[in-house]
Amino acid sequence: MIRIQARTEPSSLMKVASPLLAIVLTLIFGCILFSAIGKSPSQALHVLLIAPLADSYNIGEMFVKMGPLLLCAVGLSLCYRANMWNIGAEGQLLAGALGGSAMALYFIDSESAFALPITLLAGVASGMIWAAIPTFLKLRFNSNLILTTIMFNYIALYLLIWAVHGPLRDPQGFGFPESAMFADSTLLPTLFESSRIHLGVAFSVVSAFIAWFILSKSHLGFQIRVFGSDEPAARYAGFSSKKLSWFVMLFAGALAGLAGVSETTGPIGQLVPNVSPGYGYSAIIVAYLGRLHPLGAILAAVFMAVLYMGGDLAQIEMGIPVAVVSMFQGVLLFFLLACDFFINNRLTLSNQATN
Amino acid sequence: MKLKSLLVSLGLLAGASIAQAEEPLKVGFVYVGPVGDLGWSYEHDMGRKGLEEYFGDKVKTTYVENVPEGADAERVITQLAKAGNDLIFTTSFGFMNPTVKVAKRFPKVKFEHATGYKLDKNLGTYVLRTYEGRYISGVTAGMMTKTNTIGYIGSFPIPEVIRDINAAYMGAKSVNPDVKMKIVWANTWYDPGKETDAANALMDQGVDVMLQHTDSPAPLIAAEKRGLRAIGQASDQSKFAPNAHIFSVRDNWAPYYIKEVQAVMDGTWKSQDFWGGFHDDMLTLASINPNLPKDVRAKIDATLAAIKSGEFKPFTGPIKDNKGNVAVPANHSLTDQELAQVNWYVEGITDEIPH
Amino acid sequence: MDSDLIVQILFAAVKTGTPLLFIALGEVICEKSGVLNLGQEGMMLMGAVVGFLAAYGTGSAGLGVLAAMIMGCVMSLIFAVLVLHLGANQVATGLALTIFGTGLSAFIGSGVVGQTIQGFQPIAIPLLSDIPFIGKILFSHDILVYSSFAMTFALMFVVNKTRIGLTLKAVGENPHAANAIGIKVLRVRYLAVMFGGVMAGISGAYMSLVYTPMWVENMTAGRGWIALALVVFASWRVGRIMLGAYLFGLASIMHLVLQGLGWSISPNLLAMLPYVATVAVMVIISADKFKEKLLAPRALGKPFDPRQMA
Repeated sequence: MIRIQARTEPSSLMKVASPLLAIVLTLIFGCILFSAIGKSPSQALHVLLIAPLADSYNIGEMFVKMGPLLLCAVGLSLCYRANMWNIGAEGQLLAGALGGSAMALYFIDSESAFALPITLLAGVASGMIWAAIPTFLKLRFNSNLILTTIMFNYIALYLLIWAVHGPLRDPQGFGFPESAMFADSTLLPTLFESSRIHLGVAFSVVSAFIAWFILSKSHLGFQIRVFGSDEPAARYAGFSSKKLSWFVMLFAGALAGLAGVSETTGPIGQLVPNVSPGYGYSAIIVAYLGRLHPLGAILAAVFMAVLYMGGDLAQIEMGIPVAVVSMFQGVLLFFLLACDFFINNRLTLSNQATN
Repeated sequence: MKLKSLLVSLGLLAGASIAQAEEPLKVGFVYVGPVGDLGWSYEHDMGRKGLEEYFGDKVKTTYVENVPEGADAERVITQLAKAGNDLIFTTSFGFMNPTVKVAKRFPKVKFEHATGYKLDKNLGTYVLRTYEGRYISGVTAGMMTKTNTIGYIGSFPIPEVIRDINAAYMGAKSVNPDVKMKIVWANTWYDPGKETDAANALMDQGVDVMLQHTDSPAPLIAAEKRGLRAIGQASDQSKFAPNAHIFSVRDNWAPYYIKEVQAVMDGTWKSQDFWGGFHDDMLTLASINPNLPKDVRAKIDATLAAIKSGEFKPFTGPIKDNKGNVAVPANHSLTDQELAQVNWYVEGITDEIPH
Repeated sequence: MDSDLIVQILFAAVKTGTPLLFIALGEVICEKSGVLNLGQEGMMLMGAVVGFLAAYGTGSAGLGVLAAMIMGCVMSLIFAVLVLHLGANQVATGLALTIFGTGLSAFIGSGVVGQTIQGFQPIAIPLLSDIPFIGKILFSHDILVYSSFAMTFALMFVVNKTRIGLTLKAVGENPHAANAIGIKVLRVRYLAVMFGGVMAGISGAYMSLVYTPMWVENMTAGRGWIALALVVFASWRVGRIMLGAYLFGLASIMHLVLQGLGWSISPNLLAMLPYVATVAVMVIISADKFKEKLLAPRALGKPFDPRQMA
C-alpha cells in the first residue's frame, strides 16, 4: 500500500524539483492534448518551447515579453513571503501605464533629457499609489487585501479606458481610442540594434537582483522571511508588521508601475486600451513557479514568456488555437501546487494494508 | 467548391507552367478577435477562405487570431513577415502603428491595414464604405417603424461609426420625416451580454427597428424575442432571428483580397488608400427577409441599385450638421479623405457625440 | 421617465442581476466555510460552454443546465482536492482554475460558436404576474430566475435557522474549535466548495442558455469577479446578496438606459461604480468594531490541516 506521511523536515530537494516535475507533467499533458486534436506532439512541443528561442529576433522578443512578467513577479514574491496577498499587480501595472503616459504626453514636444526619467518616475509613483490605497485600507480598516486589490484592478482598467477615450486621446487620431505616439525623448532606448529589447528589460533583471539582495542579505529581508514562515515568532521578536507590509506593497507597486510605463514607453510607444494581456495575473504564476524567490522568478518568467510566444508561433505554424496557452498555464499551476504537497509530505510503501 | 478550385488549378496548369513551378504566394492575416466571432474577424476569415478557393495551390494563407492590440501585435506581424509571407493583411484599427513599424523593417513585404489612415511605400489601407449599407438600412428602418423611433447601437465614437449613424439617419429621414433615432453606445465591438442589454434598453424606450454597429447577433435575438425588427451587421445573421431579421449588410472581403493578391502576383501592387462598397461587391445585402412589405422591398432594391451604380451618394450636399453649420456644401459629395474625418452629427440628431 | 419605462428597467435589472445572484450565492456559502475560491470565472465559463453544448446536442435546455451544474461541480472538485487535501494556496489555485477554465472553455466551445438554440421561454406566473409593477418586474421571467428566488430563500433559511448553517459558520470562523467538537471540517468545506461549483455552473448556463442565448469565448466578461465583489458588498449575508445582485445589475445597464434618454455619461466611469461601491462598503463595515459580525469569516483563505491538531 502507498501511504502519505508527513515529513519531519520540509524537503529542500522537492522545493527545487517540484517546479521541474510540474513542467514535465504539463508537457505530458500537452502530448496527450495534441495527439487528441490530431497534431504531432513532438512538433507542437518544439514550436511551443524551442522555436521561441530559435533565432536572435525571437530571443529578443522573449525578453521583451519577460520584462513586465518579471517586474510584477519579483514584487509579488516579496509580498507573498510577507503574507500580503496582493492580487493587484495588474491594476498597479495599468496605473503605472496611465500615469506614465499622461506624463509622456505632457512632454510630447520636449527634447529634454529629463523627460524620460520623469516619465518613468510618474509611472512608478502611480503604481505605488495604486498599491498604497489597499495597503492603507488593510492596515487602517482591516479590509481583505485580496478583495480590495482585485477591485482596484478593475478600477484601474476602467480609468485607463476612460482616459484613452477621453482626455488622453490623440486629437489628430480621427477619434480612435489611443493616445498620440510619444516623442522620442520619452521612449525607452533599445539595448541592441534590430531588436525591441529595451531598458525596461534590464530594469526587470536588476530589480530581481535587488530584491534578492534585500531578501537574503538585509535585516529587512530577514524580517520578511521570519514573518512569512512564523508570524508569532516575528511578532515576539518585535518586528513591525505594518512597516513590512508597507515596504513590500510599495516595492511591488513600484515595480508593477515600472512594468506598465515601460510597456507604453517601450514596445508600444503610445497609450492604448490593451496595454497588458493580463501580465499582472500571469505574474502570480511566475512568482509561484519561481518559488517566491526573486532569482527563481527570472527563470520562471523566461519559461512563461517562451510559452506565450510559443502560443503565437503554434498558431502561425500549426494552426493550434491560442486557447491552448491558457490551458497550459492553468494546468502548469495545478501540477505545481499538487507537487508542492510533497515538500512537506512523502509517499511511503508499507506492506500492511491500512485499516 | 472543390470542383471550382480544381478547375481553377487546371486553368492555371494550362495557362502558366512557370507559375506552377514557382512557390505559392504566402499571405498572412492578423485578426483581433476569434475567427468564430461571427462578425468582423469571421468575415475576414471568410475572405481568406475565398482567396484560397480562388487561387488554390497558388497561395498559402496563414492567420493569427485573438491578437491583442498592444505590444504583442508588432511581434505577431513581424513573425508573419519573417515566416516568408509576401502580403500581410492586418485587420483591426489597433494594428496601425505596429504595422507601420514592421512595414519599415520589411520593405520587400507588402502590408495592408484595414480601417487605418497611415500609408507607406509598402503599406496600403483599405476601408469599407459601410455607410452605403447603413443608408439603405436607415431607409428600410424608416419605412418599417410603427413608433417612428429607430435605434442605433454604437460601438465607439470613431469617424466610421459617426459617419454611419449620419447615413442611417439621413436614409430614414428621406422616407419618414417624423422619424426619431435613439443612439446607445455599448463601448464594445463584441460582447453579446452588453449588446443584449443595449438592445433591451432601446426597445424599452419605444424603439421598434434596430441597427447595430457591434458584431454579435445578440441584438437580433433580443428583437426576435420581443417581436420587433432589426438589421444584421457584418455577416449574414438571418438564422438567429428568422422573423425579426430584415436583412444583413454583409462585409465581403474576398473580392478585395483576390484583387490584391493578383496584383502582387502580377507585380502591379501599389500602396493606396482603397475604399470599397456595393459597387465593388465588398458589401452585399444578405438574406433579405421575404416577409417585408412589397413597397419596402421595392425601395430597398431601388436604393441599392442607385448606390451601386454610383448615381446616388449618401453624403451629397447640402447637408447641415446639428449645430446649424453647413457640413457639406450643395453639389458636393464628400471625398474619401473628407469621409474619413466626419466628426459631426447631421441636423435632426439631438444627441451629442460623446468625448 | 414614465412608469412603464421604470418597470422595464427594473425587469431588466432582475434579468441582468440573476447570473450574479447565482454565482454569488455559491461563493458566499463557500466563503462562509472559510474557503476563498477565485476560480468563479473559470467555473462559470465551463458551465456556460458545457451547458450550451449539451443543450445544442440534445435540444433540451433543461439538460443543458444539468450538464452545466455537473461541470461546475467537477471544476470545483479540482480546486477542492488541491486546496483541501493537498493544502495548496487558495489564491493561487483559484487563479489557476480561472485561467484553465478560460482556455478550456474556448477550446471545447470553438465548434459551436455562432450557433444558437431555443433557450428557456418566459413563463408568467398566474395571478402574481398580474400585480401592478411587481408582477412584471418579478413574475414574468423564465424558470431559472424563479429558481434563483427559491434558492435565495432556501439558503436564507438554511444558513440562519438550521444546524447546517451553524456548522458552516463554525467551520468558517474557527475550524480548530469546530474540529474539537466533532465537526468534520474538511467534509463541510468540500461540500461548500462543490455547492459553489454547481451554482457557478448554473450561472454560466444562464448566460449561454437564457441571456443571449449563444456561446462565445469569454462571454461571462468578468461576472465571476463582480460576484466576488458582490459577496463583500453584501457583507456575507444571503438576503443582501439578492438585493446587491439587482443593484449591480441595474448599475451595469443604467448607462445604456440614460444614453437612450439623451443623457451623456461616460460608460467607463459608470462601469467602475460597482467596484468603488464595494471598496466603500468594505471600509464602512470593517471600520466599525461593533459590527464585527458583518466581517468576513475569520478563517477565510486560511488552510486547515487536521493533522496539525495536537
